[in-house]
Amino acid sequence: MASLNLSNSPAGVSVKLKPLVLFNICDAYIRRNESQPRVIGTLLGHITDGVVYVQNCYAVPHNESNDQVSVDIQHHRTLYDLHHRVNVKEQVVGWYATGSSLSGPDALIQDFYAAECFNAVHLTVDTAMDTGSLSIAAYIARKLNLGEQKLARKFQEVECEIGTEEIETVGVDTLKKDGAAPLPKDLDGLQKTLDRLQEVLSRAHAYAEDVAAGKRPADISLGRYLADTVTGIPRFEAEEFENMLTDSTQDSLLVMYLSNLVRAHLALADRLGTSTLPLL
Amino acid sequence: MAAPISFAAMAERKTEEQPLKVVQLDAHVVLKIVKHCKEGFPTLVTGQLLGLDVGQTLEVTDCFPFPSRNDEEDGEGDGASYQLDMMRCLREVNVDNNTVGWYQSTVLGSYQTIELIETFVNYAESIKRCVCIVYDPQTSARGTLTLKAITLKDNFIKVYKEGGLTGEKMREAAISWKDVFDEIPINVHSSPLATSLLHSIEPDAVADSRDFARLDLSVGPLLEKNLEFLNDCLDDVVAEQQKVSFYHRNVARQQQQMQQWLQKRRQENATRRLAGEEPLPEEDPALFKPIPEPSPLDVYLINNQVDNYCQSLNHFGAQTLEKLHMLDGLHRARVSV
Repeated sequence: MASLNLSNSPAGVSVKLKPLVLFNICDAYIRRNESQPRVIGTLLGHITDGVVYVQNCYAVPHNESNDQVSVDIQHHRTLYDLHHRVNVKEQVVGWYATGSSLSGPDALIQDFYAAECFNAVHLTVDTAMDTGSLSIAAYIARKLNLGEQKLARKFQEVECEIGTEEIETVGVDTLKKDGAAPLPKDLDGLQKTLDRLQEVLSRAHAYAEDVAAGKRPADISLGRYLADTVTGIPRFEAEEFENMLTDSTQDSLLVMYLSNLVRAHLALADRLGTSTLPLL
Repeated sequence: MAAPISFAAMAERKTEEQPLKVVQLDAHVVLKIVKHCKEGFPTLVTGQLLGLDVGQTLEVTDCFPFPSRNDEEDGEGDGASYQLDMMRCLREVNVDNNTVGWYQSTVLGSYQTIELIETFVNYAESIKRCVCIVYDPQTSARGTLTLKAITLKDNFIKVYKEGGLTGEKMREAAISWKDVFDEIPINVHSSPLATSLLHSIEPDAVADSRDFARLDLSVGPLLEKNLEFLNDCLDDVVAEQQKVSFYHRNVARQQQQMQQWLQKRRQENATRRLAGEEPLPEEDPALFKPIPEPSPLDVYLINNQVDNYCQSLNHFGAQTLEKLHMLDGLHRARVSV
């Protein structure tokens, strides 16, 4: 007699998402056809030590009606080939769909992607905000087999983490402005950083005061951390510091002087050259 | 009663009259460019920008990377088919299908090359407006996003197309090296959906990696590299100047020779006339060929590059000074406490 068999739950699988993937999904959702309730697409990335790193994605046209679903496999293959030529390291790791709930056809699509890669991840992004928030969830599928016969599939939610390093490079504020915003200037950034630094320092200060006054229970590891940080500041003699400061200042001033000199020369050559005898 | 003006006609008229004011990048386009350039670093990479040309704004709504060209077997035709396949696939999911330019990564802003100008002119033949987004991964790692949108000035393209890249034509059209490139301000645009997404995934850390990068005091290596490039450029300037002065010397010498020859010929003709013979022609085009003038384009590009390096040197210098002053203030405050 055939035995009933539920495939092992892959332990320790988690998903790490790049924000770009989510932005791409949002854009694809905005650009969907009028009658189309949701968009699906392929996720690209790589798997290291059981962690699925999702780095890129592209939308794939599909059609759903009642219990039938058709995915444009040709489109998926072509785009995969094209992406592969740019970045060899990115493999198919799963697929995404917009919406919050899993539906019947999802199992079919999951079957297709499971054949494309090992441990296909299914990502849902609730772009329509049915649940009231833009929830993001990742699933992997477990198979329920009776001997050779497939009986069912179980989607199991796995941990999903969103890396923010990339949006930090661009700047959250720059991206967050509703509508259009010009790029921030250098000095604005520095000022913001200083404001933050000050805030963090005053918070640490307030915490230390509170603990000293007995208003708050002391946390030893936190205290150690603060002490380490404070002792980490190098201590200089006033003279030494002065020297260092003037040295650096003079260096920068010299470089600036040089660059201005070069510019002056360029401008001079521009003016001195005549139409019959151009210097440059 | 006047005929109603259709929107299409109005839109058309607008694009004709108004110059390009702003390049608007969608949030995911910025992220894509940053990703591709960062992955490719230190190799320089390029990609295509897709979008819409709306009056004074050039909206860049999507982009895709080009495969890097170091694979030798990748022929020219292969690249073209890649582009076509990609655009066809993207059209199927309703992405804007108009090419509006390209993006490329750069090292310390050294992007002014002849290839860039040739690409611009190539693009200009098929599309009216074309922009090149230049991204510098190195300076961006220091806490400031370094994105630039550049185009060529219309006058320059006109002169270039007429094949008149000689010094004479350039002077006639009053084009100096400052009139080659045009920088256009960039706006970043997020759709409401993207904005809400950002709110839900935004890190609530009190300080992010950019804050640390910004407070970094050492600009030494960057300045060094910049100065090195500037030095190379200045060498080029000197070489070009030598070419120009060599040309002037040659022209002067030729003119002198011509005068001597003419004098000799006149004397000869005078004696021949006395002897009753036919005078020889006083102009001999075969003898003195015009000396080719060195192309001004190289000089223009080098000048632009020198200017660029100077600007960034100034910029970094000023930045360091700011930070040093701050440090000084901080130190004083600490000593007085």
